[in-house]
Amino acid sequence: MKRLLSSLVAVAVALSFLASASFAKEIKVGVVWPITGLVAAFGQSAWKGAQLAHSMKPATKDGCKIKLILLDNKGMKLETANAVSKLITDNHVKAIIGAITSSNTMAGAPIAEKNHIPMITSSATNPLVTKGKKYISRACFIDPFQGKVAAKYIWNNLHAKKAAVMIERDQDYSVGLAHAFMNAYKKLGGKIVAVEFFQSTDQDYSAQISDLKSKNPDVIYMPSYYQELALFSRQARQYGLNQPIMAGDGAEAEALIKIGGKAVNGLTFTTHFDPHAAATPLTVTFVKAFEKKYKTSPDAMAALGADAYFILVNAINEAGGCKATPKKINYYVRHTKDFKGVTGVITINPKTGNAIKSAVIRKVKDGKFVYVTTVNP
Amino acid sequence: MDLTIILQQLVNGVSLGSLYGLVAIGYTMVYGVIRLINFAHGDIMMVGMYFAFTGIAMMFLPWWAAFLLSMLASALVGVIVDRVAYKPLRNASRISALITAIGVSFFLENSFLVIYGGVPKAFPIPSVFNGAINIHSVIFPNIAIITPIVAIVFLLILLFILHKTKYGMAMRALSFDIDTVRIMGINVDLVISLVFALGSFLAALGGIFWAMRYPAINPLIGIMPGLKAFAAAVLGGIGSVTGAALGGFIIGVTEILVVALFPALAGYKDAFAFLFLIFVLLFKPTGILGEDLERGRF
Repeated sequence: MKRLLSSLVAVAVALSFLASASFAKEIKVGVVWPITGLVAAFGQSAWKGAQLAHSMKPATKDGCKIKLILLDNKGMKLETANAVSKLITDNHVKAIIGAITSSNTMAGAPIAEKNHIPMITSSATNPLVTKGKKYISRACFIDPFQGKVAAKYIWNNLHAKKAAVMIERDQDYSVGLAHAFMNAYKKLGGKIVAVEFFQSTDQDYSAQISDLKSKNPDVIYMPSYYQELALFSRQARQYGLNQPIMAGDGAEAEALIKIGGKAVNGLTFTTHFDPHAAATPLTVTFVKAFEKKYKTSPDAMAALGADAYFILVNAINEAGGCKATPKKINYYVRHTKDFKGVTGVITINPKTGNAIKSAVIRKVKDGKFVYVTTVNP
Repeated sequence: MDLTIILQQLVNGVSLGSLYGLVAIGYTMVYGVIRLINFAHGDIMMVGMYFAFTGIAMMFLPWWAAFLLSMLASALVGVIVDRVAYKPLRNASRISALITAIGVSFFLENSFLVIYGGVPKAFPIPSVFNGAINIHSVIFPNIAIITPIVAIVFLLILLFILHKTKYGMAMRALSFDIDTVRIMGINVDLVISLVFALGSFLAALGGIFWAMRYPAINPLIGIMPGLKAFAAAVLGGIGSVTGAALGGFIIGVTEILVVALFPALAGYKDAFAFLFLIFVLLFKPTGILGEDLERGRF
């Protein structure tokens, strides 16, 4: 009986080896994005972009299928860290795409770094995300650049001499971008007349707005996310604070216009991409395919989500396709050069993992996002 | 800081506080009767928002009908929650019921997440509640004027029900001793259901006004206001309806004043609301209007 049992175990072990061998024609890639929670619109959009990119390039050159495993981080730091651990230890992924916001990415990054799994974020723009890390890269520009672009636009095009800044205290993205903006704006000769703080869960800005009114700035710079921006704009206009509002790439989501209504008309923001200002041939094909599949134009998050995927597949191919190891994949992600992605031509600095690319300025006009201009690095 | 700004901040604070107050009343009533801190209460508020949203944006009802239906439906949800989740545990230890309440809270949040998705929805605001009045450059948004009035009206109606009707008397009696009341031949379960119905009705009302003030709703929106309302109920003296309303006003005004007086600390205003709560409880452990907790009497 004992012998029978042990031989059965042996057969089972042999079978499982066979099974894993036959599944080796597959490379697992983890995806950690917010599908629910405060920034859900971003995660859902990015996931649409990545899925479309996956259907455009579902396998490596030597025929390995790429399997995307999506985990929802609910827009929360703790959930992101858990998801990254799970993907590495349970799912044995070779690489991870994610997360959306800087704070979340920073919560997951140390785990990927420790396990030597390359992680590529589509849209975390805070410089600290990749600082001192060897395995973390990104498909987007960083905030010092974005802040400079915003400062220049406000100074040169809006001719505003006095700015007020609204900072979301618990978001690294907001704090980092606000400081980048303030430094750049002061260098140009502008004056910061007020700095106001709030936090993610806040929905009431009436106290800050009353204070801003008494400081009377020419423009309000609020690097935050779409929901906060929409509610702030509504309340600001209601309380008679009518100065132009400028934001960062966190503004771009349909929900901004749906929630903000007329109040967000004229809101200007720096971002990564405009579907009608094609940067590369891939932009055109991607936008067409996206519109056909989802009956709407892709936004920056969708385009960046796709770019993160394309950059990764490119690196997996370079690293030997089916035989690619996480370490090799990471090497080629970091050595991405002049890659013609959806959002533009992307070069990743091998030392820092940051992408060098141009920024786009868009604004809300009559309930739609419209293109303003493109700024090169 | 000049007078206009101080007045403006007071207007802001009072209207925010009356929202907390409306939600806090439900906490206090349920606690007063069955000694349960109903952590799902904030989620009932969210349920009310989504029902009203569905009524206006998907079924195209006139706003008053949508609001009324939403409040009634939320009251029903409150009663069902009690019957399904809390009633079987009526004689179990309090901690079991408390943990069940947390479970109900997660259940409601996640079922609405499945039904409506995680992307925030824009709450359609009826035009009556839009706009603002400018008096000597102090701005009164219509909603900021209407909310406290509605809160006070419903508080008075509730006090009338509690003190002048037979069911109200039964509720107050329950808060002293459930078993004795049962021996007197009163249908205890019916009265407890009524308590849940009233509390949830007011939570939905608070939710709807919350959504008109901050018209971005998502399934997790009830968590923070729910916690604040809980703090308000404790601050006012849990078990006291007037105390809950008062606690709401105090927390609302404190929050706004913290931001107004110390702009640099605005990112920590939630912490201040709770610090203030701890501070008051140190000196008056039963809350402002609270009596001995074991003898709560609304």
